[in-house]
Amino acid sequence: MASKVYPNADAALDGLLFDGMTIVSGGFGLCGIPENSIAAICRAGVKGLTVVSNNAGVDGFGLGLLLEARQVKKMTASYVGENREFERQYLAGELELEFAPQGTLAERIRAGGAGIPGFYTRTGVGTLVAEGKPVMEFDGEPFILERGIVGDLAIVKAWKADRFGNLLFRKTARNFNPMAATAGKITVAEVEEIVADGELDPDCIHTPSVYVQRLFVGSFEKRIEQRTVRKREAA
Amino acid sequence: MAWTRDEMAVRAARELKDGFYVNLGIGMPTLVANHAGDLDITLQSENGMLGMGPFPFEGEEDADLVNAGKQTVTELPRTAYFSSADSFAMIRGGHMNLSILGAMEVAGNGDLANWMVPGKMVKGMGGAMDLVAGTPRIVVMMEHCDKAGNPKFVPVCTLPLTGRNVVDVIITDLAVFERADRKGAPFRLIEMAPGVTLDEVRRRTTARFETCG
Repeated sequence: MASKVYPNADAALDGLLFDGMTIVSGGFGLCGIPENSIAAICRAGVKGLTVVSNNAGVDGFGLGLLLEARQVKKMTASYVGENREFERQYLAGELELEFAPQGTLAERIRAGGAGIPGFYTRTGVGTLVAEGKPVMEFDGEPFILERGIVGDLAIVKAWKADRFGNLLFRKTARNFNPMAATAGKITVAEVEEIVADGELDPDCIHTPSVYVQRLFVGSFEKRIEQRTVRKREAA
Repeated sequence: MAWTRDEMAVRAARELKDGFYVNLGIGMPTLVANHAGDLDITLQSENGMLGMGPFPFEGEEDADLVNAGKQTVTELPRTAYFSSADSFAMIRGGHMNLSILGAMEVAGNGDLANWMVPGKMVKGMGGAMDLVAGTPRIVVMMEHCDKAGNPKFVPVCTLPLTGRNVVDVIITDLAVFERADRKGAPFRLIEMAPGVTLDEVRRRTTARFETCG
């Protein structure tokens, strides 16, 4: 088997990018985002992208880079605050936006990756989110049909991997990454460390290797969006 | 005298019960965590954490450990991490006991609007729609009136809804309203801040509500 391990983001994404493609990205806010792959997609300059991600990054970092470079045609997200350029492009009609409730978005990505084209949920019934979606009653209660999402490419960030592509995430940097990893026709994982064979406990693997086609060790800025601290009590 | 934000949080903390799993919305609801007292409460953060601890000491912030407001937090001996899909499975599946959320408007029928002002605020609903769809008890904390002095407890929501018929308790800086069920029971005024009169509450509320006694 050819190695899944690539030297860097540009090499890992080589041959995978094209105009008009759909990219599913892991991450919550700036936590656990595939920052190396995003920067490489920015460098590659592909345009007309549909990006599926819970958030849209911030001005100048994360997915904000792709927005500033006008590479994004449509964004599917649950929350896009903290990004002025996003708001500007959207209000000016330059960017399509599909708001999806966060749990619905997570489940749509999970479903897509699991071969489930749609599912019914109570979330969003009677709201703007339900507009145009089929409604079905179960046990006398209305539910709306939501579609699974599959991307041409998924980009995820993990903590540790082995060379086979088994992934381990760390703390809340897990978030959307495990689902995103399942929902790409091709999935590229960037990790902090590739460990020796057998070092990952098979009982503790979060994403099994079958979902990951390419991986590389990235360098991470890991920017903190809201640095909140408490005072140490005086000794 | 209207309640302060902290006094509202103290009142909201009385909605907590020992052993509860609770999701606190961003903003004012997070203050409730400071007033749980001796109750054993497990806080959920919808980005993938149960057992959320306090803010870290300076210098101990971890970029991989944030809450749903993207603030740095800490873990506890009971903490569990999981994916966003698992997180919303526990929310949508009704496994949380209680959620406390902010609001722009609440209607007399329990409808909630807290995510969008058309043409003005384009941020998104985040997890709010899932929380109100799945959590059996929803407590709203909000200022009684908006900055322009308009009532926020209204007959019908004018802003896009977060959920229909989902609010059980409303805690404002003036008063507390509660309804017995989501099957048509009206909201009832059950408490007022010290010195606040029924007249004042009526003047600053357009929703219909019942009073005690």
